[in-house]
Amino acid sequence: MSKFVRIVGAAAALAVSLFGSPAFAATEITFYYPIAVGGPITKTVDSYAAAFQKQHPDIVVKPVYTGSYQDSLVKAMTAAKAGNAPDVAVLLSTDMFTLIDNELIEPIDTIAASAADKAWLKSFYPAFMLNSQSGGHTWGVPFQRSTIVQYWNKDAFKAAGLDPDKAPASWDDMVAFGKKLTKREAAGQVSQWGLEIPSSGFPYWLFQALATQNDAILANESGTKVEYNGARVIEAAQFFADLGQKYEVMPKGIIDWGTTPKDFFEGKTAIMWTTTGNLTNVRQNAKFAFGVAPMPSKLRGGSPTGGGNIYIFKNNDKAKEAAALEFARFLTTPDMAADWGIATGYVATRPDAWNTETMKKYAADFPAALIARDQLKDAVAELSTHDNQRVTKALNDALQAVLTGAKPAKAALDDAQAEANRILHPYQN
Amino acid sequence: MRNRRLNLQLQGWLLLLPAVVLLATFTHVPAVSTIVDSLFSTPQGRRPAAFIGLDQYRTMLADPIFWRALNNNLLYALTTVPIAIGLALVMALFVNGRIKGRAALRLAFFTPTILPMVAAANIWLFFYTPGYGLIDQVGRLFGFGAINWLGNTATALPALMAVTVWKEAGFFMIFFLAALQQVSPDLYEAAHMENASRWQIFSRITWPLVMPTTLFVAVNALINAFRIVDQVIAMTGGGPDNATTLLLFYIYQVAFSFWDTGYAAALATVLLTVLGVVSLAQFFLLDRRIHYR
Repeated sequence: MSKFVRIVGAAAALAVSLFGSPAFAATEITFYYPIAVGGPITKTVDSYAAAFQKQHPDIVVKPVYTGSYQDSLVKAMTAAKAGNAPDVAVLLSTDMFTLIDNELIEPIDTIAASAADKAWLKSFYPAFMLNSQSGGHTWGVPFQRSTIVQYWNKDAFKAAGLDPDKAPASWDDMVAFGKKLTKREAAGQVSQWGLEIPSSGFPYWLFQALATQNDAILANESGTKVEYNGARVIEAAQFFADLGQKYEVMPKGIIDWGTTPKDFFEGKTAIMWTTTGNLTNVRQNAKFAFGVAPMPSKLRGGSPTGGGNIYIFKNNDKAKEAAALEFARFLTTPDMAADWGIATGYVATRPDAWNTETMKKYAADFPAALIARDQLKDAVAELSTHDNQRVTKALNDALQAVLTGAKPAKAALDDAQAEANRILHPYQN
Repeated sequence: MRNRRLNLQLQGWLLLLPAVVLLATFTHVPAVSTIVDSLFSTPQGRRPAAFIGLDQYRTMLADPIFWRALNNNLLYALTTVPIAIGLALVMALFVNGRIKGRAALRLAFFTPTILPMVAAANIWLFFYTPGYGLIDQVGRLFGFGAINWLGNTATALPALMAVTVWKEAGFFMIFFLAALQQVSPDLYEAAHMENASRWQIFSRITWPLVMPTTLFVAVNALINAFRIVDQVIAMTGGGPDNATTLLLFYIYQVAFSFWDTGYAAALATVLLTVLGVVSLAQFFLLDRRIHYR
């Protein structure tokens, strides 16, 4: 199949080069981007491309919306294997090792060599650079980055006799508050849950917050080893399952990522954990007073970072790589970072973005926007390894087995560790 | 004379050519190259593919997710195919009789078939949503609590099966309806003269005479059961804990999420073999017991 794809790709590339070459000498670059939160995002991105073009008449940017993060990676890699890679793309920061191993991306620091470029690469929050650097190189530029935060329904807190201005600050609080907030009807049905932590699709990310709070790190920096079955990790997984099975403050089984915000708006849950990227969505749709809080703590506080970086794909045409770099720099100026943060809820990626006038005004008006940023000091790198999709799937499967009661925590995580060891073995020498 | 015959032969081949080219390009060549690819390792970066014989198949034997997917798929086929066929036949018998609103009923039974799978999957996603989904709303009237259909390992696969049955039964009904209308009324009249019971009429006349259609539908349904992928992607993503991972979905995941193309080729070869065996077995074993006019 791969050969066939390559031939078709080559034929298509030939056809493009024969018939599609523009009459003038503008450099044309393709930009793939995903959407993972609510709102009219495509419009915003198109307007960014248009604004860039005004500043750089010699570069033409073609933005291409490529679906979810998962779809976007599939599309970018398929296109690249057919010899038709995008020039620049926003993909998960955790896909870095996969992109490096497939030799698809250029280290940013080899293209961005001037003093101004070097200063630019140092201008981002260090927590976001953890998932952007490896082997002494910088491979991705932070763009739409996030942390996990708690959203809570102040009206529901008041009704349950809790202080509406205090979110759970510890694991014990989560259970105690949850018990007060969970409302049962006479027949035993639950009309309001205390808490929802989504567990469909990519439960590893939200679980990583629990593991972090229990002071466990899941992977090493070079992405060649994971620790899925340490005592503290098992304890965190057990607590995750206990919230539903033992304390009964969270629905049992798998909680869908996509419907969790809806459950929150509908009053089906009083607290939810989700990305700060949903902040603007919650602000527009919650019909009650709500609060945003940093993660609770056990041995420590903290959350993994998440979200997407800008990658520059390898290209023999150095003019395209340079144009892609120019575009990446444009998207990450303090003003643009502030604008993007306000449009979505993602954390503006550099400290000086928070000193712009628009951002100051926005934060004064809506202090909840500051929570995710302030949590960065406690943030850890998101789980990311070589052969990332497969290694995280092992953990996802184990977590879902624990949450559905199919396996005890230790057995499930031992299995996941064995599977991860098998996959990572070739990278460990 | 000889020249003319040659001409005729050439003409024949020329007429076949478009079909042969299309079939070869999109079916036979990919199938053969899949089998060949499954004997090589997955190329990565600068490391090209190397011949590794049956290594991929050995990995497969030790891969619990593969066995889970195969198991799920067999369960899926063995549950949905008989239910869908039975339901289709009942619906066809129902709308074949003289009843009021027959056209509307036929249309209603057929509607699920015209919906794209992704749309159907989204409708059912709403049905299954715990708390405010349709099933839970109806259940609440009778005092049942919220059930997390797609979030439990025990209920997720049956929940997907229901979608397949719902979607396919109407389609198969059309075939049965056509078959029922082919049955000669003389036979029924003769049966009535003999005072045959309804069950006797069904088991001695209708059922044997629609048997060829049943076989045709069964082969198609079985093959469809192994080709299901869209509703898995739309509804569960294979979770929880691989409870709804079916073979084709696993192949997609290995090929396009993990980029382990060699292993994906080996899995695809297994799927090809399963499908080949299924259709051969059905044609050779069942052929003998089928009444053809």
